[in-house]
Amino acid sequence: MSLASAAVPAPVTAPARRRPLVAIALFALLALLPVAVSLGLPAHWLTLVTRAMIFAIAALSLDLILGVGGLVSFGHAAFVGIGAYVTGIMITEGRSEIMLILPVVLALCALFGAVTGFVSLRTRGVTFIMITLAFGQMVYFLAQALSAYGGDDGLTLYERSTVLGFDPFRNRIGFFYLVLGVLLACYGLVSVIVASRFGRVLGAARENATRVAVTGFHVGRIRLVAYVISGMIAGVSGFLLANQTEFVSPAYMSWPRSGELIFMVVLGGVGSLHGAIIGALAFLFAEDVLSGWTEHWKVIFGPMIVLFVLFTRGGLVGLMRKLGVGRHD
Amino acid sequence: MTTGLLIVQILNGLQLGILLFLVAAGLTLVFGVMDFINLAHGVQYMLGAYLAVTFVSLTGSFVLGLVLALAAALVIGLALEFLVFRHLYERDHLDQVLATFGLILLLNQAVKMIWGAAPLSVPVPAFLAGNIALLDGILYPTYRFALIGAGLAVGALLWFIVEKTRTGMLLRAGASNAPMVSALGVDINKLFMIVFAFGTMLAAFAGAMAAPILSVEPGMGDNILILAFVVIVVGGIGSIRGAFVGALIVGLVDTLGRSSMNDLLRLFMSAPSARAAGAALSSMLIYLVMAIVLFVRPEGLLPAKGRS
Amino acid sequence: MTDATMAEPVLVLSGLNKAFGALKVTDGVALSVAPGELHALIGPNGAGKTTLVHQISGMLRPDTGSIRFKGQNITALPPEKRARAGLARTFQITSTIPSLSVLENVALGVQARAAQPLALFRNAARDESLNRPAWAAIEAVGLTERAHVLAGRLSHGEKRALEIAMALTLEPAAILLDEPLAGVGRAEGERLIALLASLKGRYAMLLVEHDMEAVFALADTVSVLVYGRVIASGDPASVRADPAVREAYLGEEG
Repeated sequence: MSLASAAVPAPVTAPARRRPLVAIALFALLALLPVAVSLGLPAHWLTLVTRAMIFAIAALSLDLILGVGGLVSFGHAAFVGIGAYVTGIMITEGRSEIMLILPVVLALCALFGAVTGFVSLRTRGVTFIMITLAFGQMVYFLAQALSAYGGDDGLTLYERSTVLGFDPFRNRIGFFYLVLGVLLACYGLVSVIVASRFGRVLGAARENATRVAVTGFHVGRIRLVAYVISGMIAGVSGFLLANQTEFVSPAYMSWPRSGELIFMVVLGGVGSLHGAIIGALAFLFAEDVLSGWTEHWKVIFGPMIVLFVLFTRGGLVGLMRKLGVGRHD
Repeated sequence: MTTGLLIVQILNGLQLGILLFLVAAGLTLVFGVMDFINLAHGVQYMLGAYLAVTFVSLTGSFVLGLVLALAAALVIGLALEFLVFRHLYERDHLDQVLATFGLILLLNQAVKMIWGAAPLSVPVPAFLAGNIALLDGILYPTYRFALIGAGLAVGALLWFIVEKTRTGMLLRAGASNAPMVSALGVDINKLFMIVFAFGTMLAAFAGAMAAPILSVEPGMGDNILILAFVVIVVGGIGSIRGAFVGALIVGLVDTLGRSSMNDLLRLFMSAPSARAAGAALSSMLIYLVMAIVLFVRPEGLLPAKGRS
Repeated sequence: MTDATMAEPVLVLSGLNKAFGALKVTDGVALSVAPGELHALIGPNGAGKTTLVHQISGMLRPDTGSIRFKGQNITALPPEKRARAGLARTFQITSTIPSLSVLENVALGVQARAAQPLALFRNAARDESLNRPAWAAIEAVGLTERAHVLAGRLSHGEKRALEIAMALTLEPAAILLDEPLAGVGRAEGERLIALLASLKGRYAMLLVEHDMEAVFALADTVSVLVYGRVIASGDPASVRADPAVREAYLGEEG
């Protein structure tokens, strides 16, 4: 007995394993950037790309819940902000050791993610978007109220983090490679999670939560774990951001920041992990170029977002696929 | 805090609540009927305020300026609906969020280019200038009373339309079951446009009414938008009654929290630390209220019937 | 099946009530399914059959009454716990994960019962401990040649078969089948009926179905649900002969 005979038979052999060619090319290009700068590319690029890679880490983490999990979180910048503020406050208090700072960043982001995620994940759709936005705003106002640490004006850092007494963040090229390494590690981590048993269930619940539940999985708990992991990774990007800018401010977690992170993910192509990185790079380059033209660059950038949403599907990665690049990734 | 001060704070809370209600009512209807999340709704509040600034100074009359501002806001709202929003109704929430986010960037910046970044204001109209004496000889501005009254009147009108008219019946039906309404043979696009125009006018009215007492500045719509989200989440999506109750709760909790948190904390700690903790706590208070409401009732306090 | 019906029932509903406002959709329903028994539930549209299946699978909570499964009261358990206890279901409107392949869909069910169902760092696609049992279930429903096709691209009948394969991976003690033949063409329908016949005796099944030919060919017991109430229950022949059933249901259908 076969139900298949009516339809076109497909090969029983498994489809070929996908190779992350685009991602490999992307990381190779990034790794060569300092060389290009030493050969004459404007030095400004080094700072810009470092910053873009820091945001790429946050976008990558957002893609885990938004792209894979289907949860449109509009408060993701809060995690970046928590990471930045913990770093800023600890450095100000004379604790610049990374081995001290990072565990606190990760723990606080996990705690914030667990508490707000537990409440927000009781809702779906539009309500989830609004609640994550509101929780993000809550942290924003909290930072504004921190008058001991700059309040509304933000907090300038007079030194950067150190590792076991060394100072790896002082050298710009060293910092660039450190951020690249962290980005690569986060990319690897999120890729492994997406391909894991956990990731399969998370993605399946995006498409059909009911089916996943009657198959025997607690969908809410799975989403909460993803939400917490995602928040912790975003916290790391906040830690790096504070060290790069030597400044933290409530603006890091204002809600347009969360919107920008969403745009980076969508720009690259929702659910595509290297897409999130490409999206972040493209976003920061566009911002850099446009703001170089006019201080009113948002008048151009805003409509670009609208047009992008109305007229493209699948983001830049989708566009590349249409053009025949990276078919196998 | 004396009784008189408490009354003033309650009135201030009511006033914030009324403004929030006007913004949230339109927003919740649009969510409920069209399942459309419009982040640019706050921008329409801001435009209402800026247009009031321009038209009041142009005509020299508050009432005339208000009417013109509302008309202009409606035209802009309908233009946006025609150009952008109607292409998003069928899209998923992510696309809606992103496209309307792009509009916010554009319009906030455009306002800055046209009117400048510095805060503007509208003079309080002469016939509503002055104060009304409360007990203990405390005075409260007449205009603020008028604002509360006008808001309540609009609320009553809205209640009448939604509860007692055929359009309102369709709106309520649409909020709980949109496919059914279109199955009834109603032109759903026309209904959407009416709902949208309605929401725009309410937000612009709130902005224009707030213009004499709040500073009119770019980005003023963003903060009220997020408060309106809290209102809707607390009240329940798609429900006008929920928006009203939620708006009053958020307005009162926020205002009273900010004014009394210091005094309350002074009972437990020293003045400087009470000030610091008070500022932090009071700015978080409404979000905590929201979290508690959601924890107990994920669907909000008064959700639209037939929605879960 | 005569022995099976004598054994301790796997699934027992007693005094189940559910109302939506003034509308009673489940009205004092009591029925039981024995191991290996195929119990068909028939009734006109709007009789409350799907609502009943939702209550048994945990997607809806009954207002009063109890549901016992393998001797345990599961009335208050969430759907995922019922599934893990071995209560599987299919949906009237097919419910699969469209962007996963047939193999991956089925492996999802295997995974739910695996030792580490949610391992964070363990690759799922190449995991033979998941794929091997999945292949067996796929073979049992005859989808072997379609194993690497995305579920969203399957024909309607194939999706029905896929749902049954997913149910089988839960090593179920009972399977709830909500109109597995609805919307399926004649040829695929016959294959599905043969598939159900091949499963009969091995699993307790509660089959909601409109296709009377299939019901009377497959069922050991037939219950008739009208306006939320069971008006008749018994072996197919006696139910068919029941005048109340003929009037309320079979007569209408012709």
